[in-house]
Amino acid sequence: MKLFAQLFAELDRSTATLAKIDALKRYFAAAAPRDAAWAVYFLAGGKPRQVVPNAVLWAAACRRAGIDDWLFDACYQAVGDFAETVAHVLPPPVRRSDLGLAEWVEERLLTLRGLAPAEQAARITSYWNELDTAERFLLNKLIGGEFRVGVSKLLVQRALAEGAGVDGKLVAQRMMGYTDKHAVPTAERFALLTASSEPGPLDVGQPYPFFLAHQLELAESEFAAKLGAPSQWLVEWKYDGIRAQLVKRSREVWIWSRGEDLVSERFPEVVELARALPDGTVLDGEIVVWKNGRVAPFALLQQRIGRKVLTKKVLADAPVGYIAYDVLEWQGVDVRERPQHERRALLETVLGEAGAALGDDLETAFRISPIARGDDWQSLASLRRESRERGVEGLMLKHRDARYGTGRRKQDDLAAGTWWKWKIDPLTVDCVLVYAQAGHGRRASVYTDYTFAVWNRRPRDAAEADAALDAIARREPADAQALQLVPFAKAYSGLTDEEFRVVDKVVRQTTLEKFGPVRSVRPTMVFELGFEGINRSARHRSGIAVRFPRMLRIRDDKPLHEADTLADLEALLALQHGSKGAVPATPP
Amino acid sequence: MTDDLVVQRKEGLYCPPGDFYIDPWRPVDRAVITHAHGDHSRRGNARYLAAAPAEGVLRTRLGDIDLQTLPYGESVDHFGVRLSLHPAGHVLGSAQVRLEHAGRVWVASGDYYVAGSSADPREDNQTCAPFEPVRCHCFITESTFGLPIYRWRPQAELFAEIDAWWRANAEAGRASLLLGYAFGKAQRILKGVDRSIGPIAVHGAIEPLNRAYRAAGIDIPETPIATEIGDKSFFRRALVVAPPSAQGSTWTRRFGDHGDAFASGWMQLRGARRRRSIDRGFVLSDHADWPGLQRAIAATGAERVIVTHGYEAVMVRWLTEQGFEASAFATEYGQDDDELPEATGAVVDAQ
Repeated sequence: MKLFAQLFAELDRSTATLAKIDALKRYFAAAAPRDAAWAVYFLAGGKPRQVVPNAVLWAAACRRAGIDDWLFDACYQAVGDFAETVAHVLPPPVRRSDLGLAEWVEERLLTLRGLAPAEQAARITSYWNELDTAERFLLNKLIGGEFRVGVSKLLVQRALAEGAGVDGKLVAQRMMGYTDKHAVPTAERFALLTASSEPGPLDVGQPYPFFLAHQLELAESEFAAKLGAPSQWLVEWKYDGIRAQLVKRSREVWIWSRGEDLVSERFPEVVELARALPDGTVLDGEIVVWKNGRVAPFALLQQRIGRKVLTKKVLADAPVGYIAYDVLEWQGVDVRERPQHERRALLETVLGEAGAALGDDLETAFRISPIARGDDWQSLASLRRESRERGVEGLMLKHRDARYGTGRRKQDDLAAGTWWKWKIDPLTVDCVLVYAQAGHGRRASVYTDYTFAVWNRRPRDAAEADAALDAIARREPADAQALQLVPFAKAYSGLTDEEFRVVDKVVRQTTLEKFGPVRSVRPTMVFELGFEGINRSARHRSGIAVRFPRMLRIRDDKPLHEADTLADLEALLALQHGSKGAVPATPP
Repeated sequence: MTDDLVVQRKEGLYCPPGDFYIDPWRPVDRAVITHAHGDHSRRGNARYLAAAPAEGVLRTRLGDIDLQTLPYGESVDHFGVRLSLHPAGHVLGSAQVRLEHAGRVWVASGDYYVAGSSADPREDNQTCAPFEPVRCHCFITESTFGLPIYRWRPQAELFAEIDAWWRANAEAGRASLLLGYAFGKAQRILKGVDRSIGPIAVHGAIEPLNRAYRAAGIDIPETPIATEIGDKSFFRRALVVAPPSAQGSTWTRRFGDHGDAFASGWMQLRGARRRRSIDRGFVLSDHADWPGLQRAIAATGAERVIVTHGYEAVMVRWLTEQGFEASAFATEYGQDDDELPEATGAVVDAQ
């Protein structure tokens, strides 16, 4: 635990990639393999389910520190992180532990699960007595399943590869599935990651590292100059589903999500379909909810993911399908180095053959990502403008000669080997800041989480809006008929640190009331809020819920009475859903 | 409440029988100054009274003022109020103000530093007279770090950590830029570090205060000012102490590749460290931690406690639960001190 805590401290305070890799290499060289196995698991994003509820930790910490709930809560509000608050309120340790990370996790943490709360509290309190503040913080994070530190999986792989003199891509491939819920990190498994520089037989269900796409930040006028002709590109629709790799080997099917979780059990329909594929086939594609031959909004898929048990009703309400857009392995051979257009042709062959075996099912639930065609970028741009009506997020551009790469790579040369997301611009609304709450972690004690409102109707003029704002400042309850601001969305991203500082100051200066950590403010600021989708919601006071809201900019130029209204939100709803609701997924 | 020896007025904390103010934030006729930080000692008052050791730093900051000084422990009578000043352990010359009138004793602490972990003299602030508990009926306390999450580690551990950071940088051939408030924090750093590791330089804003400390007999090393050093190789093993406003400024370019760190009680929290975008945060404070506040309050024997600047609401509730008669004053302190919550950090860099 000491070594791991030291590594965490070094990773946490460093912003330089090289310093982080050095720290990781030093750790892997020094740690026992059994401990390093768990370290890789946590660093690569593995999370055991929470073993003890926060309420038990909270109560045990209060008891050990000799403070009441309210005082702990005041501390939590200042710290902005539960695990850290607990670590700080406890008195200094009474003895020190030399146990390694693996023993801590296997013998002390995982065994807490299922114990009576009183027993959990007693054990955790005795653990706290053996650890300093930094180690306690880590322990609490591990117990809560909330461990996070600023290293990417790629960085861990690089450190392992450099330390052992093994190709980084091999390490990446061997690490696939390492953090899966059903996998237990062991010294043997850790040793396999860097065992030899020769590619060995992969575990039979292993997927390949996902090739990730980049956002295309380019003006339409520059496309021809920077990207060349559209004929050099494979253009497809970008679906709003779950990216998934489908592995068929040894008469079995594995479905891996982009987070490298094995999700086969969540999607029995897709597993069933994939059984028809020949052994030695790996496809990349998107799982979407498929209804009446169309892609349904992501919200429906999200509801299904939220369900613990897949009842018949759930399967009927939200049946999923698979849109394949790439083939990574065929007849047991890794084809990722072959150019994109060859893989596309192969994909059509693969699914053509499988389709023959599947009959009609292929038509309804298992299909090839359709190609969007246009003679020039202008016509593709106009096609892209139809995205919202088609229920997709925009277009994907894949160079016809590109290989299937690993992870996300920075690319200066636009045409070289990268997948580009050419997403549609978000929906936007100009709205008014009405509540603010302090953030967490790095943003603790800074007001960074905001609630925004729109007018219930268009103010007649600035004077009427001012009167309504004065009423808010006097905290008069609003008359239902009167002009008022209706909260509809929360957002906490999109501003720079400098902008957050400015807003934080305004929040402090214009605070009307404090409700625990939340402050209501006298409305003075207009923001342009962007979001990906808009839906009706019975759970929101405004009757509307928006997807992925974030702040695009502060509209200092816009007076409050010119902020948008509920009617403007209704217009966006109509724009997205049209009169019929769902729209065809396949371009005609 | 009319018998109170200190009340709150728009100009500041006021002693009605004595007709003077303590650390007023608006100009008044007579101001008793607890210490020379900008938020407690403002310009524009007609007459000042402060502890004798504060004279040098006060004059360095406020220039030519009408200043009367009083050695610690000696008293003066003013309109029937007996006034004396007692060490607060915060910075050079910092004082608690003891007021005695008609059988009642009140003490206004200003800012103070007392380690909560133990009464070990090694935990005292080594750059000024240590905090002296003064018995009183009513104690006016600050509450900058008035939450149980603030517990300072032993100073020996902390300085060992700073030394190790400096040493590692020196071995890598790069400068160590340590940021801390120019008055008080900088001198504690300079006094506390291991001078054998390498050369030390300071920012120009710190040297005048160092001189005032040396004149008061405090052992602060003689150091060059960074801008006066022609040979850049000097910095390769050097520790450079500078005020927080220097971070990221063009002034730092002279050091080339360097490590940076910030010394403040707020560095206790991970969020504050990360927000600062610095390599290291060292938890070094000139204010009492939570156990220190409790220990200081208990040592006064006061039944009544009035809480100022910091976590007033928390402290008032806590003290009430412990059986004290507790209330708060709303002051305008904590505006020019480096140890403000980060969120109001814009003013930190004003000086």
